[in-house]
Amino acid sequence: MARNKEALLLLIDVSPPMHRLLPEVEKLCSMLIQKKLIYSKSDEVGIVIFGTEETENELMVEVGGYEHVMVFWHVKVVDIDLFKALHKLPRGNTVGDFLDALVVGLDMLLKKFGPTNKGKQRLCLITSAQHLTKEPYEGTKEDQVDAISAQMKAHGIRLDCIIVRGKLTVPVDQKIIEENDQLLNRFSKKTNAKVVHVDNPISLCGALRTRNVSPVTIFRGDLELTSLMKIKVWVYKKTSVEKLPTLKKYSEEAPPTDKYASREVKVDYEYKSLDDSSKVVPPEQRIKGYRYGPQVVPISSAEWEAVKFKPEKGVKLLGFTDASNIMRHHYMKDVYVVIPEPGHVKAIVAVSAVAKAMKDLNKVAIMRCVWRQGQANVSIGLLTPNISSMDNVPDSFYLNILPFAEDIREFQFPSFSNFPSSLQPNKEQQVAADNFVTSLDLASPDKEEALKPDLTPNPVLERFYEFLELKAKQPDAEVPPLDRSFKQITEPDPELFSKSKTVLDVIRNKFVLKENPKIKKSTRRLWRDKPSTSNEREDLQEEGPEIESGDVTRSSLVKKVDEIGNLTPIQDFEAMMARRDSPIWVSKAIKGMKVFIYDLLENSYKGDTCDQAVECLIALRRGCILEQEPAEFNQFMQYLCHKCKENDLKEFLKLLRTRQITLISKKEAEDSSVEEDAAKNFLVKTEAVD
Amino acid sequence: MDYDPDDLFRDDDEDNENEFYQIKDATKELAVYLIDASPKMFIPQNEREDGQEETHFYIVVNSVAQALRTQIINRSYDEIAIVFFNTREKNNLQDLSNVYVFNVPDREQLDRPTARLVKEITHVGETFISKIGSQYGIISGSRENSLYSAIWVAQALLRKGSVKNTDKRMLLFTDEDDPFGGIRGMAKTDMTRTTIQRAKDAQDFGISIELLPISGTDQQFNISLFYADLLGLEGEEVAQFIPLAGEKFQDMTDQLRKRMFKKRRVRRITFSITDGVSIELNTYALLRPALPGSITWLDSVTNIPLKSERSYICADTGALLQEPVKRFYPYRNGNVLFSVQELADVKRLATGHLRLLGFKPLSCLKEYHNLRPSTFLFPSDEEIAGSTCLFVALHRSMLRLKRFAVAFYGSSAHPQLVALVAQDEITNPSGQVEPPGMHMIYLPYSDDIRHPEEVHTPADVTPCPRATDDQVEKAAALLKRVDLKDFSVCQFSNPALQRHYALLEAFALGEDEMPQTVDETLPDEEGMSRPGIVKAVEEFKTAVYGENYDQEEAEKAKSSGSDASKKRKAAAEHAAKESSRYNWDELVDSGKLKDLTVVELKYYLTAHNLPVTGKKEALISRILAHLGK
Repeated sequence: MARNKEALLLLIDVSPPMHRLLPEVEKLCSMLIQKKLIYSKSDEVGIVIFGTEETENELMVEVGGYEHVMVFWHVKVVDIDLFKALHKLPRGNTVGDFLDALVVGLDMLLKKFGPTNKGKQRLCLITSAQHLTKEPYEGTKEDQVDAISAQMKAHGIRLDCIIVRGKLTVPVDQKIIEENDQLLNRFSKKTNAKVVHVDNPISLCGALRTRNVSPVTIFRGDLELTSLMKIKVWVYKKTSVEKLPTLKKYSEEAPPTDKYASREVKVDYEYKSLDDSSKVVPPEQRIKGYRYGPQVVPISSAEWEAVKFKPEKGVKLLGFTDASNIMRHHYMKDVYVVIPEPGHVKAIVAVSAVAKAMKDLNKVAIMRCVWRQGQANVSIGLLTPNISSMDNVPDSFYLNILPFAEDIREFQFPSFSNFPSSLQPNKEQQVAADNFVTSLDLASPDKEEALKPDLTPNPVLERFYEFLELKAKQPDAEVPPLDRSFKQITEPDPELFSKSKTVLDVIRNKFVLKENPKIKKSTRRLWRDKPSTSNEREDLQEEGPEIESGDVTRSSLVKKVDEIGNLTPIQDFEAMMARRDSPIWVSKAIKGMKVFIYDLLENSYKGDTCDQAVECLIALRRGCILEQEPAEFNQFMQYLCHKCKENDLKEFLKLLRTRQITLISKKEAEDSSVEEDAAKNFLVKTEAVD
Repeated sequence: MDYDPDDLFRDDDEDNENEFYQIKDATKELAVYLIDASPKMFIPQNEREDGQEETHFYIVVNSVAQALRTQIINRSYDEIAIVFFNTREKNNLQDLSNVYVFNVPDREQLDRPTARLVKEITHVGETFISKIGSQYGIISGSRENSLYSAIWVAQALLRKGSVKNTDKRMLLFTDEDDPFGGIRGMAKTDMTRTTIQRAKDAQDFGISIELLPISGTDQQFNISLFYADLLGLEGEEVAQFIPLAGEKFQDMTDQLRKRMFKKRRVRRITFSITDGVSIELNTYALLRPALPGSITWLDSVTNIPLKSERSYICADTGALLQEPVKRFYPYRNGNVLFSVQELADVKRLATGHLRLLGFKPLSCLKEYHNLRPSTFLFPSDEEIAGSTCLFVALHRSMLRLKRFAVAFYGSSAHPQLVALVAQDEITNPSGQVEPPGMHMIYLPYSDDIRHPEEVHTPADVTPCPRATDDQVEKAAALLKRVDLKDFSVCQFSNPALQRHYALLEAFALGEDEMPQTVDETLPDEEGMSRPGIVKAVEEFKTAVYGENYDQEEAEKAKSSGSDASKKRKAAAEHAAKESSRYNWDELVDSGKLKDLTVVELKYYLTAHNLPVTGKKEALISRILAHLGK
C-alpha cells in the first residue's frame, strides 16, 4: 500500500431529517472523491447509508439485526463511477441508527483489511443524530460505544463525526439529542475521533477536509529557552493557502491524432548582450549584479557566499512580553504550530507548563527562528499558547511571524477626534451604529458561529473543480455560476439582514451619503451596489467594462484636470486655465482646445458638431481674453475661417456671425494687433468672400 | 489620452498575486534635505559613550545617513539632494553665499543616493569645519539671508521632473526657532517677509516643506516665532505641531523615519455596508516584507547588463511557439483545456470591492487566522461625502463593543473573507504610534487550515500528559523573569537585509575590508545568564524534567539515534571494512582502478566520507584527487 494511501468509509445518514441537507452532502462527497481522483488515485472509498427502508449488509446476514443499514458502495479504489453514483444518493424514510451504521462500517473495514493498514483507515459519519439508537442486546449503550472504540483503537481506525442539525423543523426530543451527543462525544474520549457540529450547508462543505495533505515538519529540534534549558519540538504549518492546481501550458503543435504527445511547452531563457542580440552569453560568462540604489554591483557567487549573512539553525527565546505589546495586525504570514516532540513525555509537559503560564499571565514569547541550516534569513516569531481542548492532543504553541523595522511604514494619519464636527458622528448616529454592530451578529451565543474560517470552504476551488468536471465532459462548457449555497460567503445573509431591517433603515436615514456630483453616472452605479438577488454572472458582464471606464474618469477628476476630454471640454478647459501650479497649463489648455475644436469640425457630418464647436470657441475666446493671449485666438480664428471655406462648412461660419464671434480687439486685450473696427469687420469680410 | 500612471498601475496589479507584496509606486519622490550648519548646531550638547561630544549637527547628519540607507532598501528610485546652509563656503549653481550643496562625484546634485554619497555623508562631520565651515548667514547689517537662499537653491534643484508624477519635498533641519532674531527694524520685517514669500512660492509650485526642529536642552523650539508662518500653519495646527520631545539621535531618527516616505494609498475601494449604503475607503500597505533588490545578470567580461529572452518550445515537435494562451490539466485520462480568461473568470466571485457580512466578537479571531500582511483602511470623502462620518461611527462602536467586522473582499487575484479590526489611535510623546482606522486581516478558508497537532495523537488514548499547577507556577516565575518590558515590533532590523546592503556598499566602493553588521535578533546571552534568570530556569527545568535530564537525553541520543542515522552508520562501517581490503594506491598505480565496479569504488568514497554521486569517471577522478594523484 502506498505510503499515504488511505481507506475511507463514509457513513451517511439519509433519514428524513437529513433530506434537506443531502444535496450538500452529495456535493461534499463528490468533491472529496473528485479530489481523490486527482491527488490520491489509489485511495479506497466505500459508502454506507443508513435510515433506508431496505437493509443490505453482511452483518444482517451473519448475525441478524442491523436493519436499515445499506452498503451503497463497497470499499475499493476510487473511480469515476463512484463519483457519478454519489450524485444520486437514495433518500430513506425510516430512522437512522448511527451506532448500527458504525458497527457495520467497522465490520467492513476489519473484514477487508484485517490487521493490516493500521492508522490508514478512517470512518466518516455524517448524521443528524436525531433518532434514538436501539438498546443493545447486552450492556448499556455506553458499553457498546466503548466496545466499538476499543476495536477502532486496536486497528488504528480514526473517526470523523459531522453532526448536521441545521434549524430543527420538527420538534425533536431534546433528551434524545442530548443522549446522542453524549454518545458521540464519548468516542472522542475513548478513541481517535473528532466531532464537529455544523448547522448550515456552508459549514457542512467545510467540515471535512476534502484533500489530505500529509503534513511535513519544517523544523525538528530544540526550542531554546536559554542555553541551559531546551525543549524538543516539531514545527508544522498551521495555515497555508491552498492554491488552484498548477496548469501546464498547452501546445497545439503535435497532430491531434498523436496519442502519445505530451502537449507540454518548455520555457527556455536565454541571456543576450544588449548591443548584440544575436550573441547568447553562456551561463559561465554571467555574473550576478546586485542593485544598490542606481548602481549595479557585480559580485560572483563565490565571493557572495563567503561574506553573506549565514544564521545558525535554531529556535531561540528572546524573551516574554505582555500580549498587549503585540498588535494583531502585525502578523506577517501564514501561521505555524509548534508541538512538543511526539511521544516525548517530558517535552509535552514542558510545553504544557509554559503554554499554561503564558495563558495565565497573558504573555507571549518572542523567538528568533532559523528553520534550516543555510537559510538566508532569520525571522522573528511570536509564540502564543494553544491549550488543547481535546484530551488526547497535547498543548502546543501557535507561531506567527512579526515584521522587522524595515517592513513597517509609519504613515501618519489624522486623529478622528481632530476631524471637524461635520465629519464626526453625532450621538444619534453613534447609537445607530452601535445597534447596527450589535444586531448584525454572526456569532450569537445561541447559534453556531457563521462563516467560521475553519468551516468555510474556498468557493474558488469549489468552482474550479466543478468547472473541471464540466469541461471534461463538454470541452466548450462555460464557467458555471457560483453555487447558490456559496453565495453565503460572498454576499450578506439575506435572513440576517432582513431580521435587522429596522436597524439598517436607521443607518440609511441617519447617515447622509452623497456621491461627488462630478462623478459620472457609470461610477455612481458602481458604488450603489446591486441588489444581492441578481445573478452574479450578469453583474459580471454588465459591470466588467464599466469598472474600467469608471476608474479612468474618476482618476482624472480626482487628480487635477490636465487635458481636455470629450465629455466636458469647456469645464476641462476652464479648469486647466485656472491651474496655477505651473505656467504651462495655460498654453496647454489653449492648445488642447484648439485641437479639440479642429477635430470637431473635421469630423463633422453635415455640420452636426457645429454647435458644440461654437460653444467651445466662445470658451476659448473668453479664456484668451482673461489670460491676455489674443494672438493665440486671432490666429486660430483666421485659420479656422480659411479652413471652413475650403471644407464647405458654411454652417459654422453662419453660426459665428449670428453669435457675433469676432477676433479679439485691442480694446479687449492690450496685446492684440487687431483694431476694434477690423475685428468687427472680420466676419463681414469673410462673408463677402463667400 | 494620457492616463495618470499611478492609477493605471493600480488597476493592473490586481491580477498579480506577487504584486501584493510590492508597493508599486509609479510616482517618484524628490527630496532636498536642508540642514542648518550654523555654529549653534555645533555646540556640544552631551557626551556620547565613545567620549565624543554630540552636537545637533551630528544628530541630524547621522539620522539623514540612516534615512538614506533605509531609502536604498525601500525606495531606491527616489532622488535626493543634501544642502547645508549657514556655511562658510558656498557651492551652488546660483552662486549664493552661505549655501553649500553637498555632493559626490558621478552624481548629479539631485539624484538617487549612491554608495559613495551614503558613505561620505556618514563621515561629513569629521571634515566639515575645515572643508565647508560653519558661519552665521544672517547677521545685522548684511543683506545676506541664508535661509532665503537655501530655500531658493532647494527650489531650483527641485525644478526637475514633472509635477504630475513626482512628489517634491524639502526637509528642513534646524535648532534655531527665530532665524531673524539677531536683527532689528525694517531689515527684519523685510527679510521675514521675503523668506516667507519664497517658501510660499515653493509651495505654490507643488513643493511641500517639512520642518524637523531640534529643541535645546534648556529651551523648547518655539514654532510660533517664525516657522508657523513659513509653513503656513494656522490656528490649531500650530498647537498640534509637536516639536521633538527630546533631542536624542533616536528621536530624530524616529521622526525622520515617519516623515521620510510620503503617504500613499494602494487602492481606493468601496465598502458596501448594506444595499444602497456604501462608503469609500483608501487602502494603505503599512506592512510589507522588505526584500533585497532584484538581481540583474551581467556579462562577467564587460559588466554590462544582459537582457533575458524567453522562448516557448513545443515539447513534442520542438517548434518555437508564441506565448501559449491555453492551459491544460490532465484529468480523467485526458487533458482538460482552459483559456487564461476562463481561469480568471473562475476566480471572479464578486464585482463589489468589499462587502460587509456581519460582526463577531474579537475572541472569534484566532491566532491562526492569518495568511498575509494586513492592509490598513482609512475613510475618504473625496467621492462619497459622508463616508468618514459613518466609518468613524462604526469604528467607535466596534472598539467599544470589542467586535470586528467580517467582510468579503472580491479582489480578482484571491477573493477571500477578511476581518476588519478597528484600531484606536495610539500616541506617545514623539508622535503617532498607531494610526486610527481599521486593519484588514486576510482570513484562511477551511481548505487552508491544517491540523498537524492532531496527527500524532498516540494510538493508546490515555489522556495526554499536562503540566501540574506546580510546574505551571515555576514556568510563570520564569516568564516574569525573562520579560521584555517595552517590546515593540520595530526594535529589530532585519539582519540579512542590513548585511546585504552593508556588503553592497563595501563592494560598490571597492573596499577591501568587509563591514561587520550587528545581528540584533540574537538572544541576550549576558542577560540570560544573570543569576536570577539562571535560578528560575533551573527550578523550572527540575520541575518539568526532573534531575539528570541532560544525561538521559545524551544517553538516549547515543543509544537510539534515529533509524536513518543508525543505518548510515552501519553502512559507513561496512564500507570502511570493505575498503580496507583493497590496496588503493597499487590499484591506481597499476591503472586498474577503472576495472573495479561502481559499488567497489563507492566503498572507498563512503569510507573516506566523500560524495558518492556522479558517473564512474567522476568517482574515479574523485578518488584520484583524494589520493593526491
